Amino acid sequence: MAVAKALSVREELVKERLGLTSNYAAAYAVKAVDVDVIAAYPITPQTTIIEKLAEFVANGEVDAEYIPVESEHSALSAVVGASAAGARVFTATAAQGLEFMHEVLHIASGLRLPIVMAVPGRALSAPISIHGDYQDIMNARDSGWIMLIASSAQEVYDSIIMAYRIAEDSRVLLPVMVSYDGFLMSHTTEPVEIYHEEYVRKFTPRNLSRYRLDPRSPITIGVIASPEWYYEIKYQAIHALKESKSVIKEIHGEFNKFFGTNYDIIEKYMVDDADYVLITYGGASSGNAKEAAKRARERGLRAGVVRIRLFRPFPTEELVNAIKDAKVIAVIDRALTPGNTYEGPVFSDVITALYSSGVEKPVVSVVHGISQRTMLADDFYNLYKMLDEYAKTGEYPRRTVFMGLRT
Amino acid sequence: MKQLTWKDLPLGGYVLEPGNARKNLTGTWRTERPVIDQDACIRCRICWMYCPEPAILELKKPYTTKSGKKYDLTYEIDYDHCKGCGICAHECPVKAIKMVPEVGGG
Amino acid sequence: MKVYFRTIKDLPGEEYFGPGQLTCAGCGPSIAVRWLLKAAGPDVIVVNATGCIEVTSTSYPYTAWSIPYLHVAFENSAAAASGVESAIKVLRRKGILDTKARVMVIAGDGGTYDIGLQSLSGMLERGHGVLYVLYDNEAYMNTGIQRSGGTPHFAWTTTSPVGSKLKGKVQRKKDIMSIVMAHHIPYAATANIAYPIDLANKVKTALEYLDEGPAFIHVLAPCPPGWRYPEEMTVEIARLATETGYFPLYEWDHGKIRLNPPSNAHLDKSKRKPITEYLKRQGRFAHLTEEDIKEIEKEIDEYWDYLSRLVKAFG
Repeated sequence: MAVAKALSVREELVKERLGLTSNYAAAYAVKAVDVDVIAAYPITPQTTIIEKLAEFVANGEVDAEYIPVESEHSALSAVVGASAAGARVFTATAAQGLEFMHEVLHIASGLRLPIVMAVPGRALSAPISIHGDYQDIMNARDSGWIMLIASSAQEVYDSIIMAYRIAEDSRVLLPVMVSYDGFLMSHTTEPVEIYHEEYVRKFTPRNLSRYRLDPRSPITIGVIASPEWYYEIKYQAIHALKESKSVIKEIHGEFNKFFGTNYDIIEKYMVDDADYVLITYGGASSGNAKEAAKRARERGLRAGVVRIRLFRPFPTEELVNAIKDAKVIAVIDRALTPGNTYEGPVFSDVITALYSSGVEKPVVSVVHGISQRTMLADDFYNLYKMLDEYAKTGEYPRRTVFMGLRT
Repeated sequence: MKQLTWKDLPLGGYVLEPGNARKNLTGTWRTERPVIDQDACIRCRICWMYCPEPAILELKKPYTTKSGKKYDLTYEIDYDHCKGCGICAHECPVKAIKMVPEVGGG
Repeated sequence: MKVYFRTIKDLPGEEYFGPGQLTCAGCGPSIAVRWLLKAAGPDVIVVNATGCIEVTSTSYPYTAWSIPYLHVAFENSAAAASGVESAIKVLRRKGILDTKARVMVIAGDGGTYDIGLQSLSGMLERGHGVLYVLYDNEAYMNTGIQRSGGTPHFAWTTTSPVGSKLKGKVQRKKDIMSIVMAHHIPYAATANIAYPIDLANKVKTALEYLDEGPAFIHVLAPCPPGWRYPEEMTVEIARLATETGYFPLYEWDHGKIRLNPPSNAHLDKSKRKPITEYLKRQGRFAHLTEEDIKEIEKEIDEYWDYLSRLVKAFG
């Protein structure tokens, strides 16, 4: 019944089914929400988003000011200014560009501006690499943004629509980053169902009640705060980010109801009775893991996958709940935190989540797909077999496993 | 006084009251104070124009000098904010402003 | 330049900056900002770069600003202002908001000559209707007097000290006006806090041109602790900067160059006061030798020669 209802909802909402890359899907979502100001600077693998948006603006399909800035630093700075003046804004970047705007990431969240940015993740220089991983995104982790990681072009499209509702919610007022795999998604064409824009706009009404720059009520934004004040102002944003999780879940619920979808802040795949769980994020890792779980199940291993969709705020309770009955868990990272006890950044997050809930589990840290080193479903299937071994022997690696590294 | 908590502050460190820095009484920094001789003052506006704060008030207050000259305006020092830089006294074309030590000079 | 304020009596009474800002006593930039805002009136949004004025005017929970104000960072005020200007334009066009305001950047020499030059150039090239005002106190004063691209040749700063081998700044001051004019924007001008009427007229003129594109005003604003002089001398020293020909007042108005009073008389060198009148009042130049002063004089003469050729070509 639910499925039938969802299908009939979508029949009315879906305008057309297009073959789109995740980058183009992002651009279509930005078009659908009636964005006001776009600031854009090219960088691989992001560039096709802003090319598409430039085309929309040039053809009059989007009524926006498109600011072709001279750097990523200025891209984010320009949307900070535009957002402070009350506009709905968008920018996108990756890799070196995200590093270059890093200073302004903290300012955007500190000033509580509902900016939406798309980031197809890419490896960081040096050596320079244009290929995908999540190092850039992990480096932005502590900047106070809400961070969603999508795993398909459809999900990129839907997430950006949701992102505007989340960012502009008066209970939130924080910037949102929607990220996904550089190249493997940013440049891979998938079928995407595009909604009639009137419905998207109905779902994303503007929040015009927030403070903004206007001579009729002159306010000062961007103060200097002494140690007497800084801590409290910063804590407000920390608190808002933590509390945003319930709003994000609420908006996911509304989106699902409105658009007949089934998103959650984590995605569970055959997890309920699973002994062995791979925790993943992004498109390629999650897709491979699901395929491997299917194969493992066929061979009698009770395998499952949990995909982290909401990365910040971290879905602690939801994640712990999903994996608390598993025997052995592995966290697949496509980024590094060099010099830490384990080099997988999300691994550390998972361990912290388990610790906070008093759950002790064998968890393995796995790094792979760095600079888009080829990942195969077989690699993940072998991982399930390893986890099975670990369960039998009680022995498991106490350091990060660098999968696919030539040694 | 109870100190404000993080819950009491407007979000993002925004300051919602325009020009409330007026509450900073920068006059306490002063070591010398300007004193305007209202009889010598020719109401030329130069001190008012060059004051960085601004701490020279242009008041619609009529004044008649000892020699009988009538003015509609009076220039007075806002001692709450005047930092005592002395630009006004230095720039005054008729030397109608004197800098007087704050302590002991009355 | 259009004349909106003929005499000192015409200058507007309303104040939009201060009092209560924590600038030093006798602050030149404070005089500059006060007149920028008085000339602009209430319908303006200021985007301020990190610097002296920023840290002293927005010390939480207080603000010295009575107009809408945004500070983002040091190097990006022109980019942030581009965003504000674009937002106002598109929101009005779409009928979403009816904010009516001109956008003005206020940035120091560090934020303009050095770290902010890229975003300034980007903003000028893209043609945003923003007035960018540089208040030039010729060094990073807020961090304790470090040399910038705007610091003059030979000037002492903490990072161009007077030592046994090197005596003050080795390099010459960057010609920011020429850089700005090379973007062929509608309007660019120099101004000086010693000449508030001229400054106010230039601000009003610039704001009226913003529908056509960007405008730029370079305001000289002396700093008592950084230039090492007693604070009551701020205006006098600023005035001498122009009277000696060190800081000429001129404007670029739609491709035409015009020298403004009193600099319009200074093509004739004999009409300029001796440069020593300017230099000897400042501790930052206390170490200068006769030769150094000759060198400075030569550089000023060279600049006037350059200006005279500009005036000939574009006058």
